[in-house]
Amino acid sequence: MSGKPKLHYFNGRGRMETIRWLLAAAGVEFEECFMETKDDFTKLQKNGFLLFQQVPMVEIDGMKMVQTRAICNYIAAKYNLYGKDLKERALIDMYVEAIMDLNELFMTHPIQPADKKEQHFATIVDKATNRYFPVYEKVLKDHGQDFLVGNQFSRADVQLLEILLIAEECKPDILAKFPLLQSFKARISNIPTIKKFLQPGSQRKPPLQEKDLPKVMKIFY
Amino acid sequence: MSGKPRLTYLNGRGRMEPVRWLLAAAGVEFEEVFLETREQYEKLIKDGVLMFQQVPMVEIDGMKMVQTRAILSYIAGKYNLHGKDLKERALIDMYVEGITDLMQMILMFPFSPPEAKEKNLDSIKDRAINRYFPVFEKVLKQHGQDFLVGNKLSWADVQLIEAILAVEEKIPAVLSGFPQLQAFKKRTSNVPTIKKFLQPGSPRKPPPDEHYVETVMKVFKI
Repeated sequence: MSGKPKLHYFNGRGRMETIRWLLAAAGVEFEECFMETKDDFTKLQKNGFLLFQQVPMVEIDGMKMVQTRAICNYIAAKYNLYGKDLKERALIDMYVEAIMDLNELFMTHPIQPADKKEQHFATIVDKATNRYFPVYEKVLKDHGQDFLVGNQFSRADVQLLEILLIAEECKPDILAKFPLLQSFKARISNIPTIKKFLQPGSQRKPPLQEKDLPKVMKIFY
Repeated sequence: MSGKPRLTYLNGRGRMEPVRWLLAAAGVEFEEVFLETREQYEKLIKDGVLMFQQVPMVEIDGMKMVQTRAILSYIAGKYNLHGKDLKERALIDMYVEGITDLMQMILMFPFSPPEAKEKNLDSIKDRAINRYFPVFEKVLKQHGQDFLVGNKLSWADVQLIEAILAVEEKIPAVLSGFPQLQAFKKRTSNVPTIKKFLQPGSPRKPPPDEHYVETVMKVFKI
């Protein structure tokens, strides 16, 4: 046993990607075990390794952790990415929960029925540019600091960068009206651990291609 | 200003109910502002008091908190319902998140079309009996303690009893195969703050009815 966290998921972003980001940002090396077929998934379930029969599952510090948020919370706290006190944590939680709401929209886009896809895309862009991004632009503007909370790097910064990049993949000019988010993006991308994660060959996963969707669906359904 | 937390939501369970449960379990009195019209909601947005234009919103300790999990986590942390260390918190978080997935099905149920209701009820029953309740039955059996984590009342216990009661409202015999959960339900219902919350006249909200569904659709323009 290597002592490194071990991630169980399929070979793609899904609900595990944020966990990969946080571990990478914290400079923590991790291993991955990819499910390729339904049998791989069933085997994990039958072995009793999945508390609620679901993935993500991360083996870390003697635990088999499940539930994305529980895993993210643990990693963030362990590696000091969760603020210095309860009030900073509250702010961080508010910011990341909203980011996760937006991420949910991006994640469910590939599985929208063909006749709903265009409308769904419009909704995503509307929410991103009118509901979510303005909040973070204002936070950065109001305090003028490099990081979202407490003048210190936290999971909120990692998760915001993650979603900004996802948004740009969908619509390259989506940050046009957000100059502070643009400079935030450049600045956070240059943090050594993050810079490393953004380079080719890292464990960062590419966006799901339409052609790969059936294979992923077969694992779970 | 009273110093008590102030909850802004509709006059019904929805996403605010777990917050009511947790504050009540912690013995914290709170006030409530109920959204009844679209105009009230639009005014809140215009006044800039809803960070992401959404409710629940809880005014607490000088903050206008939004996002249910952020609110719950803050309350749990503040009132010592989040375990004594990181590992206990990890367990509590896993349990709470699992229960929240089950509660999400119950939350959405009133809004499903009539033709889907039977199927959705079957899904709730299946998930409760086959996925979620067995986990907590086993946890309680294995350590033989009164509470789920660390031999002490936590957010996980409050969330579990809320879920048990909510599922029982729909499926009365749902605990028939779960003796540990039956005892847990009885025991936890007798914790003084929880017992008080379960009495008539408390801030606990009744199950959603047609009027509640209509209000939701009207206020949020769904």
